Amino acid sequence: MIDNWRPSATLEVLKLRARMLERIRAFFSQRTVLEVETPVFSAAASTDPALASFSTRYTGPRFPRGQTFYCHTSPEFPMKRLLAAGSGSIYQICKVFRDGESGRLHNPEFTMLEWYRVGFDHHRLMDEAVALVTEVLTGYRTLAVAEKLSYREAFERHCGIDPHTADIQTLAGAVTRHGIQANFDIAHENQDVLRDLLLTHVIEPHLGHGRITLLYDYPASQAALARVRPGEPPLAERFELYLDGIELANGFHELSDAGEQQRRFEHDRARRKAAGLAEAPADAHLLAALRAGLPDCAGVALGLDRLAMLAAGAKSLEQVIAFPADRA
Amino acid sequence: MKIFISIERCLMASYSTNDFKSGLKVMIDGSPGAVVENECVKPGKGQAFNRVKIRNLKTGRIIERTFKSGDTLEAADVVDVEMQFLYNDGEFFHFMNPESFEQFGADKTAVGDTAKWLKEQDVCIITLWNNVPLSVEPPHTVHLKIVETDPGLKGDTSGGGGKPATLETGAVVRVPLFIQNGETIKVNTRTGEYVSRA
Repeated sequence: MIDNWRPSATLEVLKLRARMLERIRAFFSQRTVLEVETPVFSAAASTDPALASFSTRYTGPRFPRGQTFYCHTSPEFPMKRLLAAGSGSIYQICKVFRDGESGRLHNPEFTMLEWYRVGFDHHRLMDEAVALVTEVLTGYRTLAVAEKLSYREAFERHCGIDPHTADIQTLAGAVTRHGIQANFDIAHENQDVLRDLLLTHVIEPHLGHGRITLLYDYPASQAALARVRPGEPPLAERFELYLDGIELANGFHELSDAGEQQRRFEHDRARRKAAGLAEAPADAHLLAALRAGLPDCAGVALGLDRLAMLAAGAKSLEQVIAFPADRA
Repeated sequence: MKIFISIERCLMASYSTNDFKSGLKVMIDGSPGAVVENECVKPGKGQAFNRVKIRNLKTGRIIERTFKSGDTLEAADVVDVEMQFLYNDGEFFHFMNPESFEQFGADKTAVGDTAKWLKEQDVCIITLWNNVPLSVEPPHTVHLKIVETDPGLKGDTSGGGGKPATLETGAVVRVPLFIQNGETIKVNTRTGEYVSRA
């Protein structure tokens, strides 16, 4: 414990991180994507029931009686406001904050690269994400051609079920068949909890071996901030990028419909209330920006600490973060 | 007073997945267990889970179980106490807490293989669950007298493996050829190997 003043990452890894940042900036500079900065503190929070925001308080000029600010869990909302204001394609490298997340692959604050491409759909952005990761890993890792797998194909291949049409019984049957011992009653869970169980326990370990795997077209109930493509079933134009079984990035063909965004905020807030979670004020500025008009675009957020971990061949984030939470 | 504390522990104590760390004592499937490992797994968006390995302290078997993050388990009233071995009455092995002089009888299931190292007066670690012995850990090394071994043959240089010797507690260990009947030797109970003459 006496040595906890020291960084948990080696100097060599810290140099690797610096080189990663140089490469990322060169990558976007070449493609004339603009680097931007947006506030860490916001009066609004992420409403996603799976995320917990840190909050703090400011008191002083402009807010003499004090104002609660939430630390962003991702810079998504203000970046979309920039897009609506005509910024064109943009990227940002920043620290983001998530309460309650700590472990081998989690640290309550971490470095995120988030970028938006005007005129791209999720498939074009997936290709660019592969190009970026490949570029950053050059000299550290050699990757075979990336693999694209729809959410449905992944479930069919590894669990033998269609995740979109399977009912609770079928999903619960697959959970049992794969030897997952849940400490809760799987027959009384909603479909998404069971899909998440199968995804994390059965499918993810197969993804991204020797090459990047992209998972795309999620159930509409897991759209988050992605637009939903009508069809039977309707599918969320969302993707995730995996390497070594680890999720590195999550992207969307971005929802631009203000009314639909407002409904999702309200739905999230109702779920938070039902689950007894802290209230999360929805972002009125984002809704106003969407009403003003978000250009057709796709965006993605990528965890740079995890990418550094894979570049360094490290087994846990503390080996690539100078001062993780227990030394901060 | 003691009863009151036990009831309170039953009613109050539970641990959430955030508390789960190696060694934590919890109730699982009606048995006491010790957490071995706890890994958080989280899809990009959606439900976070904890994949937890727990050792069943009755059977020694490792159980793998997945929790939704934030779920809880009841605490197990399990404590490790140093106690002196008194005697074996054929059914129970009797131990005494040298501080409180309280006596406990451990059955054969609780004592298991440890029985062969138990010598009166030796201090062991008794794991108590709800004040009943669950398992017995012998001292790291014990001093035991040899009751039966072949006399070593003069000039015997064959092998280096020594010879079997039966100890006063019934345990059989391999000893060097020069060790004789009636000698007391030091044995490592973790490996079951001869260490030296006592």
